[in-house]
Amino acid sequence: MEILKKFRDREIAARIVEEIRKIAPKDKIIKIMHVCGTHENTIARYALRNLLPETIDLIAGPGCPVCICPAKDIDEVIYLSKQKDIIVATYGDMVKTPATETSLWEARASGANVVIVYSAHDSIKLAEKYPTKKIIFFSVGFETTAPGVASEIVDGLPENFYVYSSHRLIPPAMDALLSSGKIMIDGIIAPGHVSTIIGVKPYEIFPKKYKLPVVIAGFEPIDILFAIVMILKQLKENEPKVENEYSRAVTYEGNKKAQKILYEAFETIDAAWRGLGVIPKSGLELRKEFDDHNARKNFEIKLEKPSLDIAPGCSCNKVILGQIKPPECPMFGKACTPQRPYGPCMVSQEGTCRIWYKYRGVTIKP
Amino acid sequence: MCLGIPGKIVKIKGKIAIVDFGGVEREAIIALLDDVKVGDYVIVHAGYAIEKLRPEEAEETLKLLREISAYFSEG
Amino acid sequence: MVLRMPKDEVISIIHGSGGAVMEEFIQKNIIRYFTLRRVLNGIGLDAFDDGASMKIDGHEIVVTTDAHTVDPIFFPGGDIGSLAISGTINDVAVMGAKPIAILDTIVVEEGFKVSDLQQILNSMNKVAEEVGVAIIAGDFKVMPQGKLDKIVISTTGIGILQTKNPILDSGAKPGDKVIVTGTIGEHGIALLSAREGLEFETKIVSDVAPIWDVVEAALKIGGIHAMKDPTRGGMVQAIYEIAEKSSVGIWLDEEKIPIKNAVVAACEMLGIDPLELICEGRAIIVTDANTAEDVLNAIRRTKHGKDAAIIGEVRKEHPGKVFLRTEIGSTRFLEKPLGEPLPRIC
Repeated sequence: MEILKKFRDREIAARIVEEIRKIAPKDKIIKIMHVCGTHENTIARYALRNLLPETIDLIAGPGCPVCICPAKDIDEVIYLSKQKDIIVATYGDMVKTPATETSLWEARASGANVVIVYSAHDSIKLAEKYPTKKIIFFSVGFETTAPGVASEIVDGLPENFYVYSSHRLIPPAMDALLSSGKIMIDGIIAPGHVSTIIGVKPYEIFPKKYKLPVVIAGFEPIDILFAIVMILKQLKENEPKVENEYSRAVTYEGNKKAQKILYEAFETIDAAWRGLGVIPKSGLELRKEFDDHNARKNFEIKLEKPSLDIAPGCSCNKVILGQIKPPECPMFGKACTPQRPYGPCMVSQEGTCRIWYKYRGVTIKP
Repeated sequence: MCLGIPGKIVKIKGKIAIVDFGGVEREAIIALLDDVKVGDYVIVHAGYAIEKLRPEEAEETLKLLREISAYFSEG
Repeated sequence: MVLRMPKDEVISIIHGSGGAVMEEFIQKNIIRYFTLRRVLNGIGLDAFDDGASMKIDGHEIVVTTDAHTVDPIFFPGGDIGSLAISGTINDVAVMGAKPIAILDTIVVEEGFKVSDLQQILNSMNKVAEEVGVAIIAGDFKVMPQGKLDKIVISTTGIGILQTKNPILDSGAKPGDKVIVTGTIGEHGIALLSAREGLEFETKIVSDVAPIWDVVEAALKIGGIHAMKDPTRGGMVQAIYEIAEKSSVGIWLDEEKIPIKNAVVAACEMLGIDPLELICEGRAIIVTDANTAEDVLNAIRRTKHGKDAAIIGEVRKEHPGKVFLRTEIGSTRFLEKPLGEPLPRIC
């Protein structure tokens, strides 16, 4: 789409940055949090933090579905991957994430059957290709990813195909974290693609309950810069509300068909977030009528030891809440690097530590 | 994980569409959308089209950008 | 990726991926086992460059060795044969030497089709003929079915140095310009499109090609300080090796990097950085600022250098680091790749 090129235009970007510098306060720090690994990806790729004034703190929140997947879930899937006649299929980042002792990647090096796929649909093809094996799809992701998986479940799955669901939901998690005081911020950039599914409505609670401006933003660098301007404008006028910068893809009601399919296959449950504990109504599990394809209900899982979300010395749980920046973790860049990741945030392409590692030590202002 | 990126639908076979991302074509499942036609732009995430992309809205956003610019220049 | 380093660790696929992890592994676990690492006053193992050299009777002979495990063995734009010969020719060429001979070892799995082998041999010959390189010796082995995945080809390339000294990664100087000899990332995308599990269609074919003609044109103009071919780990890895070994900083401009639209689209779709994608028919050439334009024009007149461009420059500040000016005008630090994101790509 030609017009999207404008959203990466050097001149337009320069103009918006000028606006941001004009209205950003000079005497206090404004903390704006986003909750989407893809937003952090754009911010990193286009070095947006290098363009912002010192008083704007752009924080990556718990928007990495791989990073917040409980170690216990990964431990259980690793256990399953080692069993005879089972093939575990999941996304690349998930495979490399360390759980309590090891990762699916290491298990694979030692002989476990682990396959990297790009979509749930691809993993179903495995079930057809290997009829004598049991395929377990380790299903992670937020509201963007879950409806696709749901559509497969509702359509009917092959007999030898199972889903291990570790899906999580963003607005309930943000609500719980804000009300517990674990997150202290001045504005929210809402995740663009989660919003294409859930729409604008679920975010209205944030200006109401917490007086927080919310702007739903797209994924081009200018989308994010524009969202920052909109938040600053709301703060200046002291009129917090939900605004939709990503109107080319997000409607007020969202994708109703996707929502319907999602809740046909899944139901909301209280769920643990790695390092954050249990958050009410923030997870998705397959409905009872799909028990036959629920990995948790069909396989005996025996873990040898209790799972550990955050290893001693790791600060991922503080990083994903924006309480500290990655360089403030004593292991960052020393005992914990992408080559030797100690915690999940250093593994995923959407993990905050992994992204900050790209900037370590050197910031170049234009 | 796969990022959500925009592409144009060039062919539809039931619930599967061929999407052109600008010189690269790939299948995407359109089961989450109604009224999808060849020529529509969609956002595809992890193999599924999750929403349509509306070019006229993109124009609107750019227009708003210019207005906000003016708002701050004046105030 | 390894979480810990116990004594009996197993080798993981990332140890062979060509990036930082592999580098570390080779330094710690392979090189130190060899005590004699250099001969006849030439370049040896410790230079960790594209090849080695030996001084004999007023000439300097350049030698390089490589193994080819690409999967699939037939891919859009080439096969393991054209890859093996091109790769070896290019490794010799980027040291500043004219490739003259190749030796090869072919190991096949029992059950491999003779017609496939013939196709591969024809590809090898075609590339060798194009550059005038003789295949002067070889070895052939068969392993029992199941003990080897189809075929592995290992090659040794020999060349005669055309410059006074071998052109190493360590010769870049502040003020130099960085040239890439063509569009990037096509081999990587072509291979991905041919692999199972990803299933996308594209007209992109591998850029595999012998680029002695490009290098020769550049050498004739002169002022070449460093050269490298961007294989595993892509452009970023190659440029990093130059920056580190030369102790300089290198600044690239995203807008100037030649890349086909379809490669951009494929990378966005797959979440891959095109700068980390492998190329098999390209070189990074670092030239003196004074000769850069002439070198560029000379390269553009060659068969494999038509899309060459100046993409950056060398500076004194931040030695060993590489930076990128992005499309929207910000500048960011480019991280050294951990390793080739895709296994068995070359």
